[in-house]
Amino acid sequence: MAYEKFKILKSNCVPLPIENIDTDQIIPARFLKATERVGFGDNLFRDWRYNSDDTQKKDFVLNNKKFDGKILVGGKNFGSGSSREHAAWAIYDYGFRCVISSFFADIFRGNCLNIGVLPVQVSAEFLDKIFQVVFDDPKSEIIVSLLDQTVTIVKLNISEPFEINSYKKNNMLNGYDDIDYLVNIKDTIKKFSKTTPL
Amino acid sequence: MSKTLFDKVWDSHVVHKIKDGPDVLFIDRHMVHEVTSPVAFLGLKKRGIKVLFPKKTFATADHNTPTVNQHLPVKDPLSANQLLALEKNSKLHGISYWGLGHEKNGIVHVVGPEYGITQPGATIVCGDSHTSTHGAFGAIAFGIGTSEVEMVLSTQCIMQPKPKTMRITIDGKLNKGVSPKDVALFIISELSTSGATGYFVEYSGEVFRDMSMEGRMTVCNLSIEMGARGGMIAPDAKTYDYIKDREYTPKKENWIKAMKYWNTLASDQDAIFDKELKFYGESINPMITYGTNPGMGMGISKEIPLAKNQDGGIETYKKSLSYMNFSEGQSMIGKNIDFVFLGSCTNGRIEDFREFTKIIKGRKKASNVTAWLVPGSHQVEKAIKDEGLLDILIESGFELREPGCSACLAMNDDKIPSGKYAVSTSNRNFEGRQGPGSRTLLASPLVAAAAAVTGKITDPRTLY
Ligand code: SF4
Repeated sequence: MAYEKFKILKSNCVPLPIENIDTDQIIPARFLKATERVGFGDNLFRDWRYNSDDTQKKDFVLNNKKFDGKILVGGKNFGSGSSREHAAWAIYDYGFRCVISSFFADIFRGNCLNIGVLPVQVSAEFLDKIFQVVFDDPKSEIIVSLLDQTVTIVKLNISEPFEINSYKKNNMLNGYDDIDYLVNIKDTIKKFSKTTPL
Repeated sequence: MSKTLFDKVWDSHVVHKIKDGPDVLFIDRHMVHEVTSPVAFLGLKKRGIKVLFPKKTFATADHNTPTVNQHLPVKDPLSANQLLALEKNSKLHGISYWGLGHEKNGIVHVVGPEYGITQPGATIVCGDSHTSTHGAFGAIAFGIGTSEVEMVLSTQCIMQPKPKTMRITIDGKLNKGVSPKDVALFIISELSTSGATGYFVEYSGEVFRDMSMEGRMTVCNLSIEMGARGGMIAPDAKTYDYIKDREYTPKKENWIKAMKYWNTLASDQDAIFDKELKFYGESINPMITYGTNPGMGMGISKEIPLAKNQDGGIETYKKSLSYMNFSEGQSMIGKNIDFVFLGSCTNGRIEDFREFTKIIKGRKKASNVTAWLVPGSHQVEKAIKDEGLLDILIESGFELREPGCSACLAMNDDKIPSGKYAVSTSNRNFEGRQGPGSRTLLASPLVAAAAAVTGKITDPRTLY
């Protein structure tokens, strides 16, 4: 599915300084019953966001008007747990384009890259600084430049580089997906399939 | 150059290498279920393409299915719709489909090995993280997202950077009452839930050599819970015995040919792993988790660790204990519980039911406990009946449900109510995993059985 291209993002952000945020929190299993990709943003962090009677939990950050923006900042080991791409969809469909953390779970990171959410891994110190600045002033902006592979805390005027392989980078810059690539080499794949024992 | 088991299987499946990018990896077997596939099939439709190799794709319904009255129409309209979508998509693309009521139906990671779809040296993927289970046979098996499901359906390939390799060696013997689940929970408690992120794990050593195929599946299944992409064990005589003569395994001369290849699938003597860890079988005790991730586990007779001794964030740790309504330094033994769940792709195989019945035989289910015993497949269900285990269960006041994922992720009606404690043989104790507000204690089938008959957390070694 096509997604928005990503070059440079300047935005304030939503802080979630909790570690090991797992995919069951990002999108609980009972919301995985759709057969189309619709409505996932509404159920992002459902059980942290709403009480069982569907009223909002006042103390949860997504319900706090002070914080908004296209960048979600989470604690270490973000996205652990299941392979459900629905977690990445929920984040994208809610309106985030980037998640910053000091460590990402593997499958989650891959899913994000496949659907147009940029996972940005920074050092633990840099992450702490982002949290501090944002809690001090929720309007503090962060610049994420995929072109230069840097993330900058505008207020402190400090930056850190982040890693992404050049193939994925190119995909995100242009909004391409892997299937286009694979379909183009179908003949090679078919030939290869003849050499496999199964 | 000497190679690890992982390198051998991976390298032989690389169709194409992208410079400074992922490898294009050929997939031998693709397992599909109702939850993570509909959007992928929709993608194919939008692109106007068909499944490239329908014979390499296998569909079963498991995540959403009820575990009672499976002969009746599924009540929840959303679940029914997802199940119907899988049936229609399978038919449209000519994929074998083992839906609800089919004799081969069951949890995707249980039926794959049962029918010999899982084989050594194969690459296996499924839109479910516990695909790592199949690594028990010396396959490279891992979970993928829906975009990748679409890639595999349309081109039989995915694009993945090659992970690093880690070897976990455990020599020695396991103590009485210590099962493969305890071995896995022990490793995760040592490594934490992110300790193996970026790695593919090979398990080696005496403990795994001695383990049954069911036990190896339990261990490989839980690899993902330490962050690893997957785990694998080199195939040996036990592997071949298990898969021989199953529906999809090679026969006659093809079997001999396959064996020749499979026998080359061990890490070379001098192969180098990016990371090596060693533990001793004797140091492992029956385990239980006390927190909200699988790394928060401990020996069942120990006390809950203090927050100040945690490597990670103290706040996160405290939040987790408060969700569980436990406190630091507290002992778990003797704590009342409400539910017992025996099942899932981690511990829903016949051996798990054998272990469970060993403890409950001659005892009665505790009156404060609701027990959900859910076989991983119809084949497991049949074996439970054929081996007389069902009689023992009924005699002790238990019932058997019909196969499916059930309370492992609570997408069907099998939800643990808010605030209740469940001793579960499944794989995740995340907040709300087994139903909103549910509190999960992960453990082996033996620990689950001990809890089921005493109504409390009990060391199973006291009940032999
Ligand atoms: S039993 Fe649980 S972990 Fe296994 S496939 Fe089903 S939902 Fe996934």
